[in-house]
Formats: sequence, C-alpha cells, structure tokens
Amino acid sequence: MSDQGGRLVLAAVNAVAEDGGLAPGLPLAEARALLPGLVTVPHEAETDTRALASLAAWCARYTPWAAPDEHRDDSGGPGSGGGAGVLLDVSGCCHLFGGERALLEDMQARLAGFGYTARAAMADTIGAAWAMARFATSAAHPCVVVMAGQQRAALAPLPPAALRLCPATVELMDRLGLRRIEDLYPLAPAVLTPRFGALAVRRLAQALGTEAEALSPRAAPAAWLTRQIFAEPASDPDDLGRAVTLLLEHLCRELARAGRGARQLELTAYRVDGSLQRLTLGASRPSRDARHLRRLFTEKLPRLDPGFGIEVMTLGATLTATLAAQQMELRREDGAAGEGAKDIPELVDRLDSRLGRGAVRAPRLAESHLPERAFALAPAGADDQAPGKTPGKANDDWQRTPHPKLRPLRLLPRPEPVEALSLLPDYPPAQFRWRRVLHQVVRAEGPERLLGEWWRGDPPPGGLGESEAPRDYFRVEDADGRRYWLYRAAGDWYLQGVFG
Amino acid sequence: MAPLGLAALDAALPGGGLPLGALHEIEGERAEWDDGVTLGFCLALLARLALARPDRAAPDAGPQESKVLWVSRQGDLYPPALAGQGLDPGRFLLVRAKSDAEVLWAMEEGLRCRRLAAVVGEVEGLDRTAGRRLQLAAEASRGAGRGESVGVTAFALHRRFRPLCQGRAASAALSRWRVTAAQSQDDLGETFIGRPRWRLDLLRCRGAAPGSWQVEWDDAACGFSLAPPLRDRSLGPSKRFGQPRATAPEAGELIGFRHAV
Repeated sequence: MSDQGGRLVLAAVNAVAEDGGLAPGLPLAEARALLPGLVTVPHEAETDTRALASLAAWCARYTPWAAPDEHRDDSGGPGSGGGAGVLLDVSGCCHLFGGERALLEDMQARLAGFGYTARAAMADTIGAAWAMARFATSAAHPCVVVMAGQQRAALAPLPPAALRLCPATVELMDRLGLRRIEDLYPLAPAVLTPRFGALAVRRLAQALGTEAEALSPRAAPAAWLTRQIFAEPASDPDDLGRAVTLLLEHLCRELARAGRGARQLELTAYRVDGSLQRLTLGASRPSRDARHLRRLFTEKLPRLDPGFGIEVMTLGATLTATLAAQQMELRREDGAAGEGAKDIPELVDRLDSRLGRGAVRAPRLAESHLPERAFALAPAGADDQAPGKTPGKANDDWQRTPHPKLRPLRLLPRPEPVEALSLLPDYPPAQFRWRRVLHQVVRAEGPERLLGEWWRGDPPPGGLGESEAPRDYFRVEDADGRRYWLYRAAGDWYLQGVFG
Repeated sequence: MAPLGLAALDAALPGGGLPLGALHEIEGERAEWDDGVTLGFCLALLARLALARPDRAAPDAGPQESKVLWVSRQGDLYPPALAGQGLDPGRFLLVRAKSDAEVLWAMEEGLRCRRLAAVVGEVEGLDRTAGRRLQLAAEASRGAGRGESVGVTAFALHRRFRPLCQGRAASAALSRWRVTAAQSQDDLGETFIGRPRWRLDLLRCRGAAPGSWQVEWDDAACGFSLAPPLRDRSLGPSKRFGQPRATAPEAGELIGFRHAV
C-alpha cells in the first residue's frame, strides 16, 4: 500500500490477493470492498531498492554484467507487467552452467529457495527478454528462452505493454486497436512517432534488436576474473584459504600471460543465504606474485564471515598495470627470514593491508612557507610510478625547505594555547605554562613572522588562515634546556612544536 | 656497528660503536615534555647510522633502499625538520598505527625487511616479551655470516603520556639510553640558542658498562662532541642580552637575528 497524492493505493499484492481480484494500483477503499479481510502494510520504496540492488549483486555469480532494473511508471508505482527485475548479460557464460535453459532454471530454483517467485527469460535483446519474462511466462513455465534471432516472432502475440511503455501510451494503442505487438510491425516509424512519441518507436526497435541497447552494470567488471565454485558450501577457514590460493595462482598465470600486474584485487564470496561478502586489497605496485598476494590476504581473510557456507568465490583484478616479465622465483634470496617481506613495496603492502589503506606514507615537499603545509604525505610507493620523475632526483628537493634548522622536530596537530608572560610587548616570553607545567625561558630567538597565504582560500585545519593575525614565531629554550616553538598571534601565545 | 664519532662514547660501547641489527631503547627523564630531546637523540643516531652505511645493503641497492620505517600513533613527526638534522626526509616511510600493539607489529614486520636501514617505533611501553621479540627479529636481520655490518637496527622511542608509576620492566633490548635536556651554550651571546646539548645516560648495554656523558650534537658536522661544563648562568638583568663579541664578525657571517628593540 502506498500513498499517491493523498490517495492510498495498493503497491503490490500477494498470490492470494491476486486470486481475490486485487491488482497493484487499486485504491485501498476498493480493495477493502473486494476483500474485507485484507491485511496491508505501508510500502517502503527504499527497502525495495536496496533489496533489488543486493539481488543484482547476487546475480553477479552468473555474470559480472548484472544491473537492477527498477521498472516504475510515471507516478512511482510499479509499471505495467509487474515490478522490478534484474538484467543480466550472460553472453559467453551459459556453458558454465550447462546451457541457457539450465542457467535460467538454476537461477529460478535458487531464487525460489530464498522465497522469491521469479520469472526468467533469455533473448537477444534486453527489450525482448524483458517482455518475455513478464508476459510470456507462467507459474508452470517460469523460464523462457527465445532462440537467437527469433524475438520478432516471439514478441508478436504479446500486448504492447510488453514494450516498456508508459500506461498512457498503452491505453492509447488499445483505443486505436493495436492490441498486439505484431500490429505495430507494419506501421512505419513516421506514423508511430507523432502519435505515441519517439520513446515507443525506440522501445520497439530495441526489443527487435534494430537499435542497440546497453546494460549498465552495477560496477565495471574486473578485466581479470577467476571463479571457484564449491561442490559443497565451504565455511572452514582453511578451505577458504586454500581456495584463495588456487584462485590467486590461476589469476597470476592469466596476468603473467597478459604481461600485467594487479594493483587492486577484489574477492567476492557468495554465501548460501544469498548475501555476499567482499574483500578488497591493494598493492603499492603491480604484482602477480601469487605468494606475496596470498600473504596480503592472510591478514584480511579472518574478516570474511562465511555464515552458513560459501558457494562461490570470485577473485578479480579490478586494477591492473603493465608489469614486464621477470623471474619471480630467483629474486627470492635465501629463505632464512621465512615469511618476511623481501622488498620495500612488499613491506608497504603488508603494513597497508593490516593497518588500513594509506597507513604507510612518504613525506613529499610542498611549496609553502606555512609550516603545516610545507610537506605532504603521499601513499608510499607512489613515487615509483610518478611519470617523469627519477627517484634519485626527488631527494634534492628537500634542500629547498625553508629554514629546516629553525623548524621543530614535532609539530603539534594544532597549536596549543599557553599562558605566557613577556617583559616587553615585542619580546619573547619570559615564562610560559604548557600542559600545566611552568617553563622559564632562558634563551630565545626570533621573531620570524609568518602570514597566511592569501592566495589560497583554504586555511589548513588549526593553521594560519588568511584572515588571521600574522604569527611571530620564537624558538625558546627553557631553564632545563628543552626547546619549544612558540608564536604570538593577536596578543595570545601558542605552542606549536618541540625541538630536539 | 656505527661509530658515534666521539671517542669517549665509542670506547664505552661494545665493538667501538652503536651495534647494528639490534634493539635500542631511548627514553626521556620525565613524561611527555621530554619528548623533544629523545626524538633529537634518536635522529642524531639515525644520522650517524646513515654515515656508517652509505647506501649499504646489496650492490643493486638503488636510491629507494636503506629507508627508515617510522611507526607512531600520533604521526606528528615533522618531515621538513629532518632535512635540518642531516637526514633525507625522502628516505622516511611514516606509518600510522592505532595502538601500541600495532606499532610493535609494524616494527617487527619492518625488521624482517632487510632493505630498511632502521625501524623506529614510538611506544608508550615496551614489556619484556615485546622487547625480546624485537631484539630477536633485529638479530635475525643480520643474517647468517653477514656480521654486524648490516642488519636492520631498531629504536624504541619511549613516549609516555603518564609518568611511570611502578618500576620499569626489565628490558631485553641491547641498550637503553636515557636522554635529559641540558642548557645550550652559544658563542655568539648568551641569549642565543646554541647546539642541542644532552646528558646521555647509558642505563644498560649488553657487553658494556653503564655510563653518563654530557654531549653536544652538531647537526652540520653530524657529530657529537663533549660539552664543556656549564658556565655560571645566574641571570642578572644586565645579562639578559648578549654582550658584544670580542672579535668582529667576518664578512658574510650570520650572527643571529633579533628583533630591534
């Protein structure tokens, strides 16, 4: 039951209600009159959308090209011919499941296991499959396969509503006596367009295959994908680990043949209850070393919750890069150190996969006189890929750091206010209290005046903005010999760093 | 083994320098506000380490080699300042961890990678088991028959946010240093900040006797020197600012800068 402009109408009905003469779109009052014992619940469109999306994701077990098809009419209710569906492009996938019909029946049976009543059809075009699934299937024959090139004949006896048209167009066709799709065949587009709109003509052409229609899948499918189907649902971590090893070995062989290395891998586990689990991991540089990648998965695999068991696992390389052939095995020197990382990129990968992506970073020089902005942290390993930059050259950049000796070894994340006392207005402080400890200043150098970067609109967090008062920085040493970096801005004192 | 460049220090250390492929602990005298000096001393040791093994390791060692893995929870090391300490910030890999356990894990992982020169971890505490693990991993990084000239050196930088209540756990590290700040001295004048000066206490070191030194670190020369005893620094109002130098400054020599009064 959904609310449409203040009018309560039925959004969906179950089989019993359908037998009683109810249909989606019927006003609630009429429905109550027909079936006094009607039980209604509010319609939650968002939940439907989510469920459909997860169903589409589940369908990726058949093909990576799966997209949810939210079929709605203009008013937001379910369109004619039933509600939403999932579109799959199974080109080249059917033989894996024993043929086209076997694939459909397998899918239908599995969905029935989840409690869904599913109708499935397969045809050359999206439009034809859509029409067949909704108008040519029945409870007795829930799966229909249209042979290649036969969609014109198959669609002929169906009503025009099967062409994914809006109800107004369908009604108009009905009034004009166009009751079947074959009635439209003899009519030229020039005749149809002024009466029914360009969309109707396009839908007809798309269904017949004279106009191309593409499927936009949930996510770009991985170019390299391997799949492991378990005879029995697997849930033992050891079994899953072995399966990942097999998948990786297979994937790495494929990558080696193509001369590529994986930069990002996605492991998808399809559980028996229809939900999926995904693990993504990245490598700081392209790799097709199955042993290295397997070790990266070691940290992540415990996060995989097999639930009641995993039926299918797919492993895809979602990001790849060219990787020249190299002798993988000889590079491993004496195996004394066991499973340790041999090279820095390997180490970075291991740390990243355990501590979270981006945990390992390398400092880069940034062109700014503001201390907070004088450096940037880039993901480690990125410099190797940076074009036109030789790794040795980058080191010299740091010579351009402004006054490195006048900068603190630690920079506090944000300046901390201190109570300070200076003898004269422009003098360094004579004493200050930081974190409840009083420091007597014995030596001081400064001031070094820093202004905000007015040519940039974004002040660093906690840092010096354009509109703020300029800062006068002092290096001070307290009576014990500890050194601090203090500044005064608009009469207040702050501590921003610690020296060695 | 990396000589520290100061005869008094090197003589006290086993083998005449800081042993590589081992765990060294550095702690401050008090809690957090001593952090600057421990960090300074650690960076000084890293600079000496870089001198002792210029692009060491394998002959195929490229510029990406001999990096320093720096693991901390706060992530407030300021890379531009490293350039002022005689270190190349480009050789640092900064790792951000979420707990002490993760810091220790990352350090141990780093010690297994022989391409690193050193691994530094900022830890709040280091119990005996963790210290032992790190020490063993550091020793293993030397490899069989490679001697002490290579190996990944680990530094555990104690960064306490609370003063230690109970007694310190016995350490498994090869050495344990305590660094205390000392007042600097400058030839230019009394109110200018001179080179950092620390009192170093070698609390324990396997194969060596404990000792205590007052040293000065010269980042330009990348060397330690023994600090002369302090002058009487009772401050009178007349001594607030520097007295004139006995000799005239040479042309082009920077004396220091001071706000005009």
